[in-house]
Amino acid sequence: MLTIKDLKASVEEKQILNGLNFEVKPGEVHAIMGPNGSGKSTLASVLAGREEYEVTGGEVIFNGEDLLEMSPEDRARAGVFLAFQYPVEIPGVSNANFLKTAVNEVRKSKGLEALDSKQFLKIMQEKMKLVEMDKAMTQRSVNEGFSGGEKKRNEIFQMAMLEPSLAILDETDSGLDIDALRIVANGVNALRDGKRSFIVITHYQRLLDYIVPDFVHVLYKGRIVKSGTKELALELEEKGYDWIKEEVDATLNA
Amino acid sequence: MSTLQETKNKILTSTVFENWVNASPRVNAFADTIKDAAQAFTAQGIPTTKHEEWKYTNVTKLATTDFQISANNNTLKKVDVKEMKVTADAVIVVLENGVFNKEASSLEALPKGIHIGSIHDMLDNAAVKKHFLQHADYKTEPFVALNTATFSDAVCIIADANVEMETPIHLMMVNTCDELSAYIPVRILVVADKNASIHVVETFESFSHTNSIFVNAVSEVVLAENAKVNYVKMQDDPGNTTHINYHRVAMARDSYQHLTTLSLGRGLIRNNLNIRLGDVNGTAYLNGLTVARSKQTVDHHTAVDHAMPHCYSSELYKNLIDDQAQGVFNGKIFVRKDAQKTNAFQSNKNLLLSDDATMNAKPQLEIFADDVKCSHGATTGQLDDESLFYLRARGIGEDAARALLNHAFAAEVMEGIAHEGVKEKMLELLNEKLK
Repeated sequence: MLTIKDLKASVEEKQILNGLNFEVKPGEVHAIMGPNGSGKSTLASVLAGREEYEVTGGEVIFNGEDLLEMSPEDRARAGVFLAFQYPVEIPGVSNANFLKTAVNEVRKSKGLEALDSKQFLKIMQEKMKLVEMDKAMTQRSVNEGFSGGEKKRNEIFQMAMLEPSLAILDETDSGLDIDALRIVANGVNALRDGKRSFIVITHYQRLLDYIVPDFVHVLYKGRIVKSGTKELALELEEKGYDWIKEEVDATLNA
Repeated sequence: MSTLQETKNKILTSTVFENWVNASPRVNAFADTIKDAAQAFTAQGIPTTKHEEWKYTNVTKLATTDFQISANNNTLKKVDVKEMKVTADAVIVVLENGVFNKEASSLEALPKGIHIGSIHDMLDNAAVKKHFLQHADYKTEPFVALNTATFSDAVCIIADANVEMETPIHLMMVNTCDELSAYIPVRILVVADKNASIHVVETFESFSHTNSIFVNAVSEVVLAENAKVNYVKMQDDPGNTTHINYHRVAMARDSYQHLTTLSLGRGLIRNNLNIRLGDVNGTAYLNGLTVARSKQTVDHHTAVDHAMPHCYSSELYKNLIDDQAQGVFNGKIFVRKDAQKTNAFQSNKNLLLSDDATMNAKPQLEIFADDVKCSHGATTGQLDDESLFYLRARGIGEDAARALLNHAFAAEVMEGIAHEGVKEKMLELLNEKLK
């Protein structure tokens, strides 16, 4: 589904990704962990098409297509979804109106007819349950005045509405209390259907108790330096990153 | 100085002005005022950009254009304006080239106590006698002077005491002139007597394909004690139009006025709003929205005069400026010595949608009372890149995302429109503009 080869990217002239290799197959859940500044959020931003990030090398193939050549909207229409680390507040645009526009744009790109208000409302009510969202939240302006937890729930709600084939969760657990974390994780798990793939970027093992990954990767200095199964996350939780850093730095200096 | 003098001379020697002024008074009952206004205009002339109030808005070309007044003002029928109705049930008052067109209007079902018609038919109305030409100051406003000296017809809307009318009164200004350069004076009087409540909507549209149109509109709105007027101005003139609009509101005690100006047209637009809170406990809202494109100038000058205590005023002006267009906002608030316990607020927010767009914002507060709450704020920025990316990351194309954000920016002003049906129609028209 997603193949990343030797990806190099920089922001403001500073190289962050240094030849990253990575593959995601349908239905897999990959966790990406790593110390601060290792390039986790940069990876998410590059995949979603944020313009400030300059790709300086390598390629990203998504379902046979060159993802890096596509505009952010075309990536979303093709089935890539980024759950933002810091969801943006957009006063004056209601959540429902925003989502209806988005859902219908995605449908249009697939040659499907636009949903009318009634059909849209029905789907929305179904998906709201996934993240225990109330009706008032859909009528409010996008993320405006939402608590940290509400914002993250709203991201998962949008994911549920847009039904992507690849979802990237960028530190979705940051700033969440345990109840909000459970709600968000339940929402994500409900969307695991054996075909949809997830890249879960996180600092903490805690989230992975709820969203159990198939693979865990450690990102350091812009590369994946270690891969394993969910046990690797537990080991990182216990021992921190220093032992990996030392290992990597020793190899680099050798 | 020479420029000013030249300009004055040019418009004054233009055949149009001479013909107007020398012709016999169009409304005999007000002949003296009309003559006086003509002199006042002669003294003032068309302002140049050296005039502080006209610094950013150059209208001097008006002085050198040979404008004609349309002679043919009775071509529209009801069917021609049907599509433009603000709501299905609205009372339609058509001004064709500034002249009341009874045939095209729909005044058959006016509620008791609401009087609408041409000045020529309403000279006996007590409110008309008392207020017509009495509120907009032609001594200091050159375009009010020009209007007063040159109007040939006016529409009067009078709401008697205690009459509440929920159905909007739609003043439909339609240009059909075929002169090469047409001058259209528009004159409106609205009086809401004690406890009366009305909704008025002005729209400006053009069926004309002439070279240039100069609309010079003056509205005088008078509110008696505890009266309520909700007023919407929708300015949708084409690019060949210079639209100068002077709107004066005189407010008695406990009265309430809400005015929304939507400047969505393509021509040069200058609005002068002049609100006088002349007695205690008045409430005035002034909201405005601009969508300016190409090389257009849209200029909002507002003046709110708190003459008496315990009044409230709130201004919200939002401007979307694109291409090489220019927006101007000048908001004056006067709080007189006696106007203690005044609450006066002003907010001006501007979005520049291109690198060449400009905005000139100038809040101007003059406060002579000591126990007041006044605030003003002006911000000018660009569309937020983060918001744009967020929308695009959800599959919304760049153009649609920009339109959505522009809508969001405008929403606050549109939400203020009190009449649901009017609001809906205005949103529909705005949608067309933001596509």
